[in-house]
Amino acid sequence: MSSAPGVNYLNEKSGLWSWLTTLDHKRIGIMYMIAVFTFFAIGGTFAMLMRWELFSAGKNIVEAQTYNEFMTFHGAIMAFMVIIPGVPAFLGNFFLPLMIGARDVAFPRINLLSWYCLIIGAAVAFYSLIYNGADTGWTFYTPYSIKTDNGTTILVAGVFILGFSSILTGLNFIVTVHKLRAPGMTFFRMPLFIWGLYATAIMQVMATPVLGITLLLLIAERTMGIGFFDPTLGGDPVLFQHFFWFYSHPAVYIMVLPAMGVISELITCYSRKTIFGYRAIAWSSVGIAAVSFFVWGHHMFVSGESEVVAILFSFMTMLVGVPTAIKVFNWTATLYKGSIIFNAPMLFAMGFIFLFTIGGVTGIILAVTAVDVHFHDTYFVVAHFHYVMVGGTLMAIAGGMYHWMPKMFGRMYNEFWARISFVLIFVGFNVTFFPQFVLGAMGMPRRYYDYLPVFQPLNRISSIGAWTIGIGFLVVLYVILRCIFTGEKAPDNPWGATTLEWQTSSPPPHENFLTQPVVTGGPYEYK
Amino acid sequence: MPPEATDLASKVDALYSFLLWASFISTMLVVGGLTYFAIKYKRTDKNQKSAYITHNNTLEFLWSFIPFLIFMGVFAWGWVLFHDMRNMPADALEVAVQGQQWDWTFTYKNGRRSSGEMVIPVNQPVKLVMASKDVIHSFYIPAFRLKQDVVPGRYTTLWFQPKYKGEYQVFCAEFCGRQHSGMLAKIKVVSQEEFDEWLGNDPYKGLSMVEVGHKVYSTRCVICHNLTDKKLVGPGWKDLFGHQVELADGSTVVADENYIRESILNPNAKIVKGFPPAMPTFAGQLDEQEIMGLVEFIKTLK
Repeated sequence: MSSAPGVNYLNEKSGLWSWLTTLDHKRIGIMYMIAVFTFFAIGGTFAMLMRWELFSAGKNIVEAQTYNEFMTFHGAIMAFMVIIPGVPAFLGNFFLPLMIGARDVAFPRINLLSWYCLIIGAAVAFYSLIYNGADTGWTFYTPYSIKTDNGTTILVAGVFILGFSSILTGLNFIVTVHKLRAPGMTFFRMPLFIWGLYATAIMQVMATPVLGITLLLLIAERTMGIGFFDPTLGGDPVLFQHFFWFYSHPAVYIMVLPAMGVISELITCYSRKTIFGYRAIAWSSVGIAAVSFFVWGHHMFVSGESEVVAILFSFMTMLVGVPTAIKVFNWTATLYKGSIIFNAPMLFAMGFIFLFTIGGVTGIILAVTAVDVHFHDTYFVVAHFHYVMVGGTLMAIAGGMYHWMPKMFGRMYNEFWARISFVLIFVGFNVTFFPQFVLGAMGMPRRYYDYLPVFQPLNRISSIGAWTIGIGFLVVLYVILRCIFTGEKAPDNPWGATTLEWQTSSPPPHENFLTQPVVTGGPYEYK
Repeated sequence: MPPEATDLASKVDALYSFLLWASFISTMLVVGGLTYFAIKYKRTDKNQKSAYITHNNTLEFLWSFIPFLIFMGVFAWGWVLFHDMRNMPADALEVAVQGQQWDWTFTYKNGRRSSGEMVIPVNQPVKLVMASKDVIHSFYIPAFRLKQDVVPGRYTTLWFQPKYKGEYQVFCAEFCGRQHSGMLAKIKVVSQEEFDEWLGNDPYKGLSMVEVGHKVYSTRCVICHNLTDKKLVGPGWKDLFGHQVELADGSTVVADENYIRESILNPNAKIVKGFPPAMPTFAGQLDEQEIMGLVEFIKTLK
């Protein structure tokens, strides 16, 4: 279509309406970016306020009820609106078709629909905040979530709608990967980011409906008094936990598998070397996806589930640790005899490996039944999953963002400020969350508005770290805006990368490639 | 980590130390590798070539299999200890625990009841049979490395055998609403003699009615009501007695003895304006002496 030089997906049409009705996966990716970053800013603000409230024991700025609402919305926004759509729907949408040499995703209209599901779901969720708040935590545990008197129903309905966004994106990606690969692009010639997205998409399609049904049951119970989960109506509150984690544990890998894919791309690109153990990394993504469906009970070792069940889930969780360890070792080995350059994306990638390793080993600690009994529902768990989700996924989003910004906007980012943002986020992150491991070991339970005086010094350090992260992300925002508006013009392939998205112009034209690319070798042939 | 107050706590800590060291060493291996390679293979020349290494089966097998063995080892170790935690001793002293928003009540076999504080003898296995009146709570004693959710609609159990006398902190570890972080209790471990004496005691012996009321207040009511005229979860109690109270339906009522009694036993009968009908009933949990004590206590708050 747009073969004229200088015409690309950004400037071929203009006006807000052309964006809101676009079927171009790149434009939808950019719209996801704007949405996700906005939600991240809101969720992040809640985090900053929480750390302010926790700066000293006793009341600092708000009452307990308000704090509980901060805690709930921080979790719900970050999980359902930021980290789940973050990598797949934003970076994945933009780059999946480009990286497999396709003109678009298989179902462009469904792709746009999934974006609207995200926006409508988010709008409903935010309405609950204005309406009456919600204070259940993002996990909506029954029977508290049934008995509490506020906008929980609306928030749950919002999350239900958000689920469709996730399912539709997953469906789209599965079909796209199967049907639209460029000639010569076999499965084992796909970049590892695509493997990560593919494994994620399968989980999104299989697990999210379970969450949807569970949330519908919860709404039915709240509005019509049907006794699924409330024991006073003959229901079983622990059943809800089983349903919830049947989705939400795979969801953890929905959040982190595509991020691992991003890291694979960054590591190989910036050490200018083919990835070590391509097949092992690819299969480990699929392996993690498969096993992740059978580990949900490790969230419930002390819920009253039987000893046998707890032991089985502990065992399955250990199995998930193996493919995860494989990935970390393979990334490290990729650096061996490489030619490594330390720009901001690579720093984020290495930061990812470091933080994710800590998140991983503490995950193993928590998977050991007898030890988890002490750590369950303490700050140790909070620290663990932030190391995985923030230290993992958000680092990957930031690194991937810098890596691909030249392609997305056709402009280079400012390396100096990008590195500053890395230092602030990386240091701030460790200052925030490492003390929380210690707090958890000391026995401080999570979701506490107030705490015993003995916990105060470490909470203060943690709060200071959190504000450092906040400043770090403001610098990221500055780098992005500066790149978009005044960045230097980017060449087509500034990093000398080998994957297909760098073979087209920056920014890419509508439908991506002027001539259909033909693939003749693996994705990382740095020879 | 908090002090190790039981044998089991020491065993859990041994496993935890092992895990911590294993984690530290493996993290250092990864970080060491990253740092070493990062320095050694830093790009110095724009056209520098890298080696072309695709994989190494032996190496990859090793770094899959060795973690697998370690994982299986700690899994089995955890299993053994977990089995001890779940295996209730037959000769244990049983105490019934009831969680409700937002306090813990302990009832002993002889009917002795206490709130906010559980007294037990040292070196005696104790089994808790726990129930919740409303939502899920979790009974967590860091010094014993133990935690068990307390689920409405069923009983859950927990056992421990403290080695030393002392006071140990109890937290609620499952989010249960506004005052979740205030749902605390103490476990007081005393000698067998002190325990026997405590068990046979009338807790209110020799106390005036007001003192009885104050004692009840400080264990059962303090989490939601303060002694000023400010709102906590429920209304503050200062200047309550004998004054007009405006209700949610617009009517007013004078706070007399019967109003206070009804508010304790049937709290949703009259809802004070500006408050949700959130208070649970204390019928069956407070006896006549305690209710009257509370009334007398409230009378003194001016």
